[in-house]
Amino acid sequence: MNGETDAPVRRGRTAAAPSRWPRFARRAVMENVAIAVIGIGVVMLMQPVSLWLYGWSFATILTGTVMFMIVSKFPA
Amino acid sequence: MTDIPDRRTVAERVAAATPDGLARKVSGFSDRTIAWLFIGPTIALLLAINIFPLIWAVYLSFTNYAANKLNATVAWVGVRNYSRVLSDPDIWERMQATAHFVVWTIVLEVLLGFGLALLINRQFRGHSFWTTVVLLPMMLSPAVVGTFWKLLFQTQIGPFNYVVSFFTGIPPSSFDMVGSVALAPWSIVIVDAWMWTPYVMLICLAGLRSVPDYIYEAAEVDRASSWRTFWSITLPMVLPFLMLAVLFRAIENFKMFDMVALLTSGGPGSTTELASITLKREAFEKWRTGYSSAFAIILFVTIFGAANIYVKALNAVKNR
Repeated sequence: MNGETDAPVRRGRTAAAPSRWPRFARRAVMENVAIAVIGIGVVMLMQPVSLWLYGWSFATILTGTVMFMIVSKFPA
Repeated sequence: MTDIPDRRTVAERVAAATPDGLARKVSGFSDRTIAWLFIGPTIALLLAINIFPLIWAVYLSFTNYAANKLNATVAWVGVRNYSRVLSDPDIWERMQATAHFVVWTIVLEVLLGFGLALLINRQFRGHSFWTTVVLLPMMLSPAVVGTFWKLLFQTQIGPFNYVVSFFTGIPPSSFDMVGSVALAPWSIVIVDAWMWTPYVMLICLAGLRSVPDYIYEAAEVDRASSWRTFWSITLPMVLPFLMLAVLFRAIENFKMFDMVALLTSGGPGSTTELASITLKREAFEKWRTGYSSAFAIILFVTIFGAANIYVKALNAVKNR
């Protein structure tokens, strides 16, 4: 059984065509990636081990945050 | 068949009979215009109070502006302020002090708050009285709490040392909670936990009271042990509320200022100097406005990013 037959059919409409949006770039996946980037950035900001990691923490958090804002608009 | 008398006023009858389009033209303003007239002042106020200072701080973070030198030329310095903040070992240490404070306060507040909520959730004599007593610290001003605990932590006359001495046998004047480098970070953790545990408890209590009784009854029918009931029903049902409490406390503690400023003023040395205290010193004691704006933007983005994580986690738990 493929994904198309499993798709829910709303009353009065035909089944929606399968999305061409790449599976790896779907919202849930990309949001998790963005959150992982933010989390790594926050740990880098507050860790006591390396000043170099601290130096790159803001860039990492900013990247993750901007990424989260963009990917949260992606189709589910 | 008798007619039902129309009890509406003439004005109401005329208004009801007027076609919508005509009514709009007669009043002079469309519904949309009226809506904008109502929300316009609020939006203008929000822009003036929240959005403009944020955008202005972002601009200042790229300049060498100093608020105490009004006539000095303001030069664009690019990302130099950010680069300085992010390569400064002192600021790095302040971030570690902030991390210590945030992590330990959250751990303590969640454990104690949830425990207290479980106790208060049981009906017992004087239940309402004790709930009010537990909630009292939360109702005090952080400035009052800071000053109050400064007195409690006094080595000579403060009751805290005597209580510790009573339980441990350590001489009361042999340690100084606020003055010791090793103990001062823990003193601010203790005070924050004392003040904000009731808040976490209140949120957990709301979570516990939202669990329907029939779920517990079903567990009883299935002969589930109280341990099993806790792990399979209570904790999962309260988890979204706990996540919310963690989110609020993490954000609040990340920008904690007043209580710590009054209790330790960031000392001894700079042991308890949290990020927001450093920020205030850079901005209003050293007058490095551009530099402190960059630091403020870094803190803002960090909090914003962390809030994204928690909101996502919260939604995941809620959708389970």
